[in-house]
Amino acid sequence: MIAQRQVWGETLVELGASDDRIVVVDGDLANSTKADLFAAAHPERFVEVGIAEQNMVGIAFGLSTLGYRPWLSTFGVFLTHRALDPIRMLVSQTGAAVRIAGAYSGLLNGRSGKTHQDVADLAIMRTMPGMTVLAPADEHEMRAAVRWAADHDGPLYLRIARDAVAPVFDIDTTWEDWAPRMLRDGGDITVVSTGVQTSRCVDAVRLLADRGIDARHIHVPMLKPLDEDRLAGLLGERVVTVEEHTMIGGLGGLVAEIVAARRSTQTVTRLGLADGWSESGPDAFLLDKYGLSASRIADRIVGVHSRPVGTPGV
Amino acid sequence: MTHHTASAEELEALARHARWLVLSTVADAGAGHIGGPLSQMDLLLALYFNHLRIDPSDPHRDDRDRFVLSKGHTAIGLYTVLALRGYFDPAELATFDHGDSRLQGHPDMRMLPGIDASTGSLGQGLSVAVGMALGARLQQRDFHTWVLLGDGEIEEGMVWEAAYAASRYGLDNVTAIVDRNGLQQYGWPAGASDRFDRRDPWAGKDVGAIFRGFGWDVIDIDGHDHAEIDRALETACGARGSAGRPTVILAETVKGKGVSFTEGTYRWHNGIATADQLAAARAELGQPETVGVAR
Repeated sequence: MIAQRQVWGETLVELGASDDRIVVVDGDLANSTKADLFAAAHPERFVEVGIAEQNMVGIAFGLSTLGYRPWLSTFGVFLTHRALDPIRMLVSQTGAAVRIAGAYSGLLNGRSGKTHQDVADLAIMRTMPGMTVLAPADEHEMRAAVRWAADHDGPLYLRIARDAVAPVFDIDTTWEDWAPRMLRDGGDITVVSTGVQTSRCVDAVRLLADRGIDARHIHVPMLKPLDEDRLAGLLGERVVTVEEHTMIGGLGGLVAEIVAARRSTQTVTRLGLADGWSESGPDAFLLDKYGLSASRIADRIVGVHSRPVGTPGV
Repeated sequence: MTHHTASAEELEALARHARWLVLSTVADAGAGHIGGPLSQMDLLLALYFNHLRIDPSDPHRDDRDRFVLSKGHTAIGLYTVLALRGYFDPAELATFDHGDSRLQGHPDMRMLPGIDASTGSLGQGLSVAVGMALGARLQQRDFHTWVLLGDGEIEEGMVWEAAYAASRYGLDNVTAIVDRNGLQQYGWPAGASDRFDRRDPWAGKDVGAIFRGFGWDVIDIDGHDHAEIDRALETACGARGSAGRPTVILAETVKGKGVSFTEGTYRWHNGIATADQLAAARAELGQPETVGVAR
């Protein structure tokens, strides 16, 4: 198992060898995000900005006007929250080819706690017109996403996890398109997940099978743009969304919007982080306490499944 | 690309014409800024007519000098200068802020050729200019990047993030100009030392010393004196490739400059001139009745 951040850094090193357009703009965290790999391999195209996230975005945009395709390297929360205004005006409103690497996304950030957790990135970034929003499941899909991004013209947000998860896909994964993918078919309930939570959901779905529940599992690697009809067509009667993200406005919000807009009969239950702040602690502790470990997810889905069909979701 | 074409007399005449176009266009649109566009006008005319290496018939050419209007709310001032410089027909000024116009309330690089960066949310332009200057150095290109900031705008923290980075990288291919018109939209009540009817945003503080502390070279000028402007722009541009540090030009100006009733009052940060005021301004600026936006 390799962490997504490691793969992100390694893949940029590889791409940077033949693609002069790639530059990395760092906010004093390259040795956390793994942009230090790029700094060592391509020092002439590594721009250290210091602890100044808004300035990072402005400089990256300025570089993009000269044909560069800059990647931003810092903890995602400081980009999606602190630097959102420059992202909005300089990147989203212009369609600039700036790549926002949301490192240390979600709940698990090396025991830094709520000040450094980004649990609203998907909700925020998907409101930005023209923004591509990617949340790969594992190291292999991360590699494919970074490679795919090299030839993408517009702005892009990439959700990157700090710590390794069990791989979901093969090492040679490349996608023709980034539409929702069915990982497992099943008739009892539909589990929709995104990001590295998909890896934990693979385990959760196995636990459900052991308990006699045959779940369909759909992974959404790209929340925007999204083939909504394709996703809607994959949903069974009872839908549970699962994400390492606030239950407000992310994948769960997205699926609920799709179902509601179609006046479909499905019920959607959104599993994610409740509307509150969390804390610092080991990964296993946080996943268990905040309900996102495989076993906690399985328990929560059993609870949903035990209710009669048609019971409203939450 | 053209260079050094307008004499001081020609710039004076252009300035009177441009100031009238700003006032009359904003009045026609029913919305817009006045004070900043008028205070920065002499600086913009000097840049676009005598210093920027640009080609209005080829606004995207690679080797052009870049200009970022960080104080994007003064867009009508820039549009007026671009029109007079030949980027588009001045008649198009009549579309400003009317909907379906390339002349947005704040400059949009995707809509109007000649705009090098979209701006509007204050404090971001210096970072953009630093990115452009860094990119020019990376690509070993010789263009110069200019950015115009307001003295209210530099209250924004992001400006100082960029000021730090510019000197950290020793960028002598970027020049910031601060339009020191001494007023902002509202600000604070005036004190004894203030020039105008509200407090100077930097009263009691030494802006030049602050920039020097950040590692910048500082040039102080009268932002309405064509000879001083010309010398400062020449000096700043001449530092490219040798100074090893960025330059800021602190240009002392008068908000609302050139029209008696708009000068030196914060109330004309934005505003719509009445028919009587327009007639008075037209006379003061010596503009014939045939010039300006039809009403």
